[in-house]
Amino acid sequence: MRTLRRLLANWLPAYAFLYIAFLYLPVLLLPIFSINTAASPRFPLSGYTLKWYADLPKTPALIDATENSLIVGVAAAILATILGICAARAVTRYRFPGQRAVSGLIMAPLVLPEVIVAIALLIVLLQLGLSLSLFTVVLGHVLICVPYSVSVLISGFEGFDRSLEEASADLGETALGTFRRVTLPMVMPAIISSLLVSFTISLDEFIMAFFLTGTEATLPIYIWGQLRFAAKLPGVLALGTLLLFGSFILLTFAEILRRRAERRTRMTGAALA
Amino acid sequence: MIEIADVTRSYGAFKALDNASLTIREGEFFSLLGPSGCGKTTLLRMIAGFDQPTTGTISIDGQPMDGIPANRRPTNMVFQSYAIFPHLNVEKNVAYGLKRLRLDPKEERRRVDEALAQVSLTGLGRRGGHELSGGQRQRVALARALVMRPKVLLLDEPLSALDKKLREQMQVELRSLQQAVGITFVLVTHDQYEALGMSDRIAVMFGGKIAQIAKPKEIYQRPVNRQVADFLGGMNFVKAEIVEENGASITVETSGFGRVTTDKPQAFVRNGKGATLGIRPERLRVLWEGESSKFEVGGKVVDRHYFGEITHLIVDVPGLEKPLSVSETNDFGADDIPVGAPIRLGYDPDALVAMAD
Repeated sequence: MRTLRRLLANWLPAYAFLYIAFLYLPVLLLPIFSINTAASPRFPLSGYTLKWYADLPKTPALIDATENSLIVGVAAAILATILGICAARAVTRYRFPGQRAVSGLIMAPLVLPEVIVAIALLIVLLQLGLSLSLFTVVLGHVLICVPYSVSVLISGFEGFDRSLEEASADLGETALGTFRRVTLPMVMPAIISSLLVSFTISLDEFIMAFFLTGTEATLPIYIWGQLRFAAKLPGVLALGTLLLFGSFILLTFAEILRRRAERRTRMTGAALA
Repeated sequence: MIEIADVTRSYGAFKALDNASLTIREGEFFSLLGPSGCGKTTLLRMIAGFDQPTTGTISIDGQPMDGIPANRRPTNMVFQSYAIFPHLNVEKNVAYGLKRLRLDPKEERRRVDEALAQVSLTGLGRRGGHELSGGQRQRVALARALVMRPKVLLLDEPLSALDKKLREQMQVELRSLQQAVGITFVLVTHDQYEALGMSDRIAVMFGGKIAQIAKPKEIYQRPVNRQVADFLGGMNFVKAEIVEENGASITVETSGFGRVTTDKPQAFVRNGKGATLGIRPERLRVLWEGESSKFEVGGKVVDRHYFGEITHLIVDVPGLEKPLSVSETNDFGADDIPVGAPIRLGYDPDALVAMAD
């Protein structure tokens, strides 16, 4: 028993290090090879250059894909967040029959195989007679963004002291005024956080976009298409690096806002102590 | 000022408030006192407009409040959680309700400063709503309500979240604040000392019904029944039988205190022949050697509890079902009376109160 414990004590840190290295090292290779002068990703690097980045804006197909991704991302983020606000408010404020089942079902897309959902959605949309377009991609993205949006918003809404809204009414404010002056400012950080998270997810999403888009490619689909040409690889790496940093910054910002919202709403209850 | 007429609030078959009627006068410090679930908070929330009576009417200043929402009532509330807006600083919290009145900025400023001064928060106006201590939050909640110059200030257990020392200090401050501003205060509390110490009058409530409405002294000394007597603090109960009853007084026969005639409490409702005679522990006095009293009972000390400035003696009196509890100051050595010693207790017959069972 004791030897086992000693073994664990010695090896656990090493294991943790290996695990994290396996997880993140390949991702780190992306920016490294993206500034390599040679087209093939191989060590040692033959030289440093930023020309792959400089070439990016000169590719019309890439510009189109970026535009498509932005349109889809913004639309999906707004729709998912609106639906998320309704769901999160219902879950945190009201008690109703089937509440657990409903909140479980809202979260289900997190664990459902995305390929299956995408194919199912494709069949339904085609049966409905809708032609595939960016709009159908938005629908698919809303579906997978809502669970994230709901969980971010719930942590912002939870613990929101009902008496704050009552206090506002008591001080003469109307229902609409109360929403504008108390409810909205209190939950705004959570809403922005939800928008950022949803946008980031939509931006990186491949499977839904692959099945549901028509002729208009989003960024991940453009990248996938480029991988067939070895000469295009450095450009893809550069683009991937930009996406990586963009997502990282957006998600960090979203998390900061989410925590702030949580702190704020918890405050009224916690300060009683 | 506030007229509550036959108000009932039902939730299905459960009546949170059962046919309550009471009148709160202008400029009065009125307390609703009772254990949790007695309907006191329900009543307060109906006065504020957060809840509607199922039947009955609440009028404020002669105006029936039926269907008038909270934001159009001449009342303001200090919430139990204080409900300070965490995203606004102290000044903006206090000015929150004034914003709707669209006052001249100078006038608004003046009223905010005045309200902050009233609750001794001058200079803390820029402090964030989430950076305040419990006592400060309570003061902000008070200032935010007072600045609206309501006809009625409603206070929902405002001191329950504070520690003992601060609570006692705030009791004094609340009382003098009420006298300074002259607004009608309605306080909800489960703490009898709070109610006794601050109120002009108290309504004691149990199970959705108002048991007694009276001044603190009368509630304490002349409770209408055992439940009220018990809730207001310790009391010795002695079984009694009603011998005679007329408009003003009542005569009962007991085994330990003999035949006693006392003032009849208001709202005394006779329930058969049985009654209870009560006396507060501090109204029984230890008679030392050589002392005598016109009214006295004798017994034996069976237990003793020391509380610093006072000692509780438990005295077994022949003929009584339960031993008497006596609260005596320690000035004359009550803390040294040995358990088992014989003892004589004197009392003033005015301290005895006959209650309905």
